[in-house]
Amino acid sequence: MIEVKNLSKHFGEKVAVDNISFTVEKGEVLGFLGPNGAGKSTTMRMVTGYLPCSAGEITVGGADILDEEIAAKSKIGYLPENAPLYSDMTVEDFLRFCAEMRRVPADQIDAAVDKAIDTCFLQRVRQQSVDTLSKGFRHRTCLAQSIIHDPEVLILDEPTDGLDPNQKHEVRNLIKRMGETKAIIFSTHILEEVEASCSRAIIIDRGRIIADGTPDQLKAKARNAGAVFLRATGLASSGIRQELEKLAEVQGVNVLESSENGITARVLPNKGKDKQLPEAIFQLAVSKGLKVHELRVEEGRLDELFREITRTDTED
Amino acid sequence: MEATVALLLNFAIPAVIVTAIFIALLLFALPREVRTIFKREVKSYFNSPIAYVCVVIFLLISNGITFWFGGLLESGEASLYVSYFQYLPWYFVVVAPAVGMRLWSEEQRLGTMELMLTMPIAPWHAIVGKYLAAGVVIFAMLVLSFPIVWVINYLGNPDNGVIMAGFVATFLTALCFLAVTSVVSAFTRSQIVALLISIGICLLLWLGGLQPVSQAVTSLKGGWLVFWPVLKFINGIGILPHFSELAKGVLGFRDIIFFLTFIAFCLFSTAVVLRVKRA
Repeated sequence: MIEVKNLSKHFGEKVAVDNISFTVEKGEVLGFLGPNGAGKSTTMRMVTGYLPCSAGEITVGGADILDEEIAAKSKIGYLPENAPLYSDMTVEDFLRFCAEMRRVPADQIDAAVDKAIDTCFLQRVRQQSVDTLSKGFRHRTCLAQSIIHDPEVLILDEPTDGLDPNQKHEVRNLIKRMGETKAIIFSTHILEEVEASCSRAIIIDRGRIIADGTPDQLKAKARNAGAVFLRATGLASSGIRQELEKLAEVQGVNVLESSENGITARVLPNKGKDKQLPEAIFQLAVSKGLKVHELRVEEGRLDELFREITRTDTED
Repeated sequence: MEATVALLLNFAIPAVIVTAIFIALLLFALPREVRTIFKREVKSYFNSPIAYVCVVIFLLISNGITFWFGGLLESGEASLYVSYFQYLPWYFVVVAPAVGMRLWSEEQRLGTMELMLTMPIAPWHAIVGKYLAAGVVIFAMLVLSFPIVWVINYLGNPDNGVIMAGFVATFLTALCFLAVTSVVSAFTRSQIVALLISIGICLLLWLGGLQPVSQAVTSLKGGWLVFWPVLKFINGIGILPHFSELAKGVLGFRDIIFFLTFIAFCLFSTAVVLRVKRA
């Protein structure tokens, strides 16, 4: 549905987006991750046709965003960053206006507005003026606007920004549900969001894609992925450590806490041995008569990976 | 009483109906998106105090000046040009930017421009829709200044055709100022900046056509090397000569073309500015 090829954007000398390519198919939810200023919003603005690109190609549902602007734009629903709204309208009037602009047939506008209001839990503020809304309601009103014409493609720039935990949960579920029938891109810097609702994630830093994969694949890339967290007693920590290091599966032991009578450590596997590692440690514990209080495989966390690969220089 | 009825029947009602039909036809001929934006903007104008404030201030000043300053009653002349229409564009130098200052600066400040321009519309749909809505506010001002026509008809026997021409000329001039404001507001997200700069440019456009400037252009003839072409240019696009011809009842084709070209050029420039700003 969305195809982006070699996309670049310069603002004067500054390169905001540098040669990015990706595709999103129907039924996919693509998460855009990256630190502030990484080029997420700029990329989304180009995909929605708001900003013209400096180089590259974008097609949405087969229509080029620059050459067949109107055909491409009519397939897209867009929630801009900060959820802008016309502050002098009521929620219902605003949605009605958007439905008309989005070419919803006149006889279906009422139904479309009702549906969007239900989907985004706006019943309570339906007749309220937009400038009296709280941030959460403003955000959801803008979200309602983006889905009012039931678009094939949804582009959401930080859709859960400013929502309370319950609302965040609702919006994530909503994205996940809609992702079954639409192609969705959404940006966030909340990593659990990616795990909760994305089928694929891209990490962008300084305008470049630096990681691309399913949340599980990305997690596996984290440094601690496959490591075993161990808390055991029965021997002095140095002794346990020595025994652990003797194992063929172990690359290194990262001691987190040591005492006369025990150890808390992260045991890193040798390459390709991560599957055998927990068993080997367990066998060791049994043979040495150790008491194991905690033994678990660390999945590798997205925020770890995120911090590792987007460690930006402070001067820019 | 009879005079009032006659005036209503012969002048006011036809004038308003014709203009309204003209605007309706124009809107009907334009795409649906333009009408949708137009409707929203008109509502927005009349939901906020700005339209009312502008209308009331305009009516107070324009009528006040006509009687005290323009000497309508003392002149003993059954015409409105000298005492009324001559001054009207001066108010619109301020009032038209006040009406139009929010056109694009507000969209940029709220961020709604991003919504508007990612909808499946061409940018000119939005530019024209918003511009026409602001034009309606100006139109409302002129319609509401009708009592002055009644006064002059009550006092004497004016040529209502010429008065009509005066309104048309004023409307077109105000629309030019509004079009300038549309361009300026595309540059900035601050309404105040848009207002002040627009007033400056409109003033220049208005003053540029004044007699002394024209005289200076002829008498200097290439003197003051750099300055002269600038002066000549400003004089050339000065609105005043076109206004006064029209307002005196000379329905010149060239003047009408001047106004329409000027407006079209400004709206086109608005599109260019919005495009360049995004690139």
